[in-house]
Amino acid sequence: MKEYFNNAWSALYTIFVGMKITFKHLFVPSVTIQYPDVKLQLPERERNRLYVNMDDCIGCDQCARACPVDCITIETVKGIPGEDLGKTSNGKKKALWVTKFDIDFAKCCYCQLCVFPCPTECIYMTDVYEFSEFERSNLIYDFVTLTPQEREDKKNNYAKFEAEKAAEKAAAKPAPATKPIENQETPKP
Amino acid sequence: MALKTEEMILNMGPQHPSTHGVLRLELELEGEIIVGAKPHIGYLHRCFEKHCEAMNYSQVIPYTDRMDYLASMYNEFGYVTAVEKLLGIQVPERVEYIRVIMGEFQRIASHLVAIGTYGLDIGAMTPFLYCFRDREKILSLFEQTCGARLLYNYIWVGGLSHDLHPDFIHQAKEFIKYFRPKIKELNDLLTKNKIFIDRTANVGILPLDLAINYGISGPNLRASGFKWDIRKDDPYSVYHKFDFDIPIGQGAMGTVGDCWDRYYMRVLEMEESLKIIEQAIEQIPEGDVTSAIPKRIKPAVGQVYSRVENPRGELGYFIISDGTVNPFRVKVKGPSFVHLGIMNELLKGYMIADVIAILGSIDIVLGEVDR
Amino acid sequence: MIYDFLFKITDSNIIASIIQSLLPLFIFILPFALFAVWLERKVSAHMQDRLGPMRVGYHGALQTIADILKLVQKEDIIPNEADKPLFNIAPVLVFIGSYAVFAAIPFSGAFIGSNIDLGIIFIIAASGFVVAGILMAGWASNNKYSLLGAMRSAAQIISYEIPTVLVVLTIIMITGTTNLQTLSEMQTGHFWNWMILGGPKFGIAKFIFIPFMIINFIIIYISTLAEVNRTPFDIPEAESELVSGYHTEYSGMKFAMFFLAEYANMFAVSAIVTALFFGGYQSPVGYVGNLFGIHWLIPIEQFFWFTAKGIFFVFVQMWLRWTLPRLRVDQLMTACWKYLIPIAFVNLIIIGLITVL
Repeated sequence: MKEYFNNAWSALYTIFVGMKITFKHLFVPSVTIQYPDVKLQLPERERNRLYVNMDDCIGCDQCARACPVDCITIETVKGIPGEDLGKTSNGKKKALWVTKFDIDFAKCCYCQLCVFPCPTECIYMTDVYEFSEFERSNLIYDFVTLTPQEREDKKNNYAKFEAEKAAEKAAAKPAPATKPIENQETPKP
Repeated sequence: MALKTEEMILNMGPQHPSTHGVLRLELELEGEIIVGAKPHIGYLHRCFEKHCEAMNYSQVIPYTDRMDYLASMYNEFGYVTAVEKLLGIQVPERVEYIRVIMGEFQRIASHLVAIGTYGLDIGAMTPFLYCFRDREKILSLFEQTCGARLLYNYIWVGGLSHDLHPDFIHQAKEFIKYFRPKIKELNDLLTKNKIFIDRTANVGILPLDLAINYGISGPNLRASGFKWDIRKDDPYSVYHKFDFDIPIGQGAMGTVGDCWDRYYMRVLEMEESLKIIEQAIEQIPEGDVTSAIPKRIKPAVGQVYSRVENPRGELGYFIISDGTVNPFRVKVKGPSFVHLGIMNELLKGYMIADVIAILGSIDIVLGEVDR
Repeated sequence: MIYDFLFKITDSNIIASIIQSLLPLFIFILPFALFAVWLERKVSAHMQDRLGPMRVGYHGALQTIADILKLVQKEDIIPNEADKPLFNIAPVLVFIGSYAVFAAIPFSGAFIGSNIDLGIIFIIAASGFVVAGILMAGWASNNKYSLLGAMRSAAQIISYEIPTVLVVLTIIMITGTTNLQTLSEMQTGHFWNWMILGGPKFGIAKFIFIPFMIINFIIIYISTLAEVNRTPFDIPEAESELVSGYHTEYSGMKFAMFFLAEYANMFAVSAIVTALFFGGYQSPVGYVGNLFGIHWLIPIEQFFWFTAKGIFFVFVQMWLRWTLPRLRVDQLMTACWKYLIPIAFVNLIIIGLITVL
């Protein structure tokens, strides 16, 4: 009998305790953020969409190799001797034309593994997170600054250069092998 | 003449609000009473273990995040501990402290989800929102330090991706101060509510011998009354330096090992985690967190098994190295998968409403069950 | 009064009664449902430290209208295996059940849909109608979850009618009437004449009544809560177990009907509690109309007090919903048969004895 009334009482009592708490919360300022109107200040280490600063990229392919999901595709073409490819901001000479630098953000897992190996710190994560698309193919970002025509040109130039070199080699068969091309490149005076 | 009756087969899931993901339970019902239950898994299988064989050791870390997505930090912790054991390297003291702090914060965050969703399963929606509000604060701490809220890739082999944010210690202290009263409020609102106790006490009783036979670990085992915590019994990292208790199930509201005990273990463990974090913050030494990161991870031929106390239980990694940069085999012993095995034993004889209560109290994450 | 007025302008008692019977729907239930849905969302949001709807109108005031527009536009999906006639009738039946209740609710001294002498008994009978609709919906959906929900619902509503009726009986014993209008008129004056405070008759009996009346009030409030399937008794629609139970398969307008019926029911039971215990449409402190001698103001004031009290109890229902977990089926029955009914019986006997003495 005592237990019976205890049960009834404890049910009512705990309900009132709970109601007191929820009632107090009616007057607590809410924590919701009105998202598109108000946006959170993101921390500086925020890891969202990748960005590649192509001026600094030397096409070393290290980021693509670090990527666990293979979302980065890089294709490069060697510059032919006498061509000016410019320098990176930390003073490294560029030797390769980057003809393809695609990042597929549909695959990207935002793990930041590609950022650390980069020797010129040209690939980094930004705080941009609003980039949804209706088409999955639109999520493939092309970072190369060259126009498609230029890319073709670079490829053709190099192919022509190779062909010429091969022809030269064929002409002078006993001649020793040439040095690697990278080292021959000099800026024009 | 007796009327012919037959059992009703009810498919619970994979699309069901309370199966905590894509679990499918095939229930055999007699009215509302369950006579048989068969869990079907595999809806979230992503070939984690096979993937690992094509990755190098550091590329595996983002994948471990995606197993138990509510305790990513701890998955990394476990994996990294195993690889370091395989390599035989020592990491700086500071790194270990930060790992412990992050791991315990992750434990609180994970338990908050477990508690909140458990309330939701029982029908109380408000505690769920309170728990998530507090969890967001922890996630913001993580975000500030490593840039991601859920899938961190923070703990690396031999070190960490970033040092702590300069403001981290201060904010962590603030959080602890803020969070203690919230646990009390949660207890008043949910834990001690008569309806909640009625729903969970004496339901889904898991006797100790059955729990041990099925290999249950973590809070579920402790709720059955066995003091077993890998942090204490097989210490890894710097856990031996901290003073904390291991709560065990007392059967305060019913029988030892019932749903209420399992639920309450998590509430108590959050307090213990706060204690650990407080001590760790006091003792944390200075140092460089990236100095011990090996340039190239290429362990010698060999194998290693290492286990840590994940928020859900014993998380073990078995790694075989064939001397190349890629692991030959990574086998994970996940607690959720093991715990799911007990469903059939546990559910028999209870009602449909109890299925939800029992499943919620076991606290599985389907990402880790299926991997 | 309103009927007489309508009769005067239309000069036909059929048209007058049709208009009168539709009045509560358009001037009260629909606006109330719109308001209550918004209120529920806001109350729940603020109790959970959220904001709730904020986009449509000031603080989301027009959100419900936007939702209704969405529901109207939705395709009406009927499952292939469903029992189509029953499936289509069920929401209508549920709505009729909850709408019929409004016929006997005294909104103010000037407006009561039908001033029948058996008012309170009629309300209890008509609300039993809802069970048929719910059972029909659950069966016709041909969905196991819906069926379970409907079965639970039927068992629950029928069981909880007993404590409700027992409490109503005590009130009838004290006042000697089942006419809600008379009952409300009896509790006129100030709030100390309300039944919760022992009723209008002054004497020792009034003070002895008070504790029993409070117990009575708690019982009827809990059991009406169960009758309208609100938390902690929302097991028929338990979304975490049965994925919203008997209306799982409904969409579009039919779903809106269930929704409307639910909110109409919520107000109906609050109105019963108000009429029985809290003075019905009587003001707790007196009327402004009396003060200034403007007599046409009084019915409007009464309407205001009645809705205000009703909405307060609806608010308490919401408050409970966002605080409490849900009971299990057997515990629900335990609460009814082992706690509410015996206590209500004891109360009935004690109050009976006091009134006889």
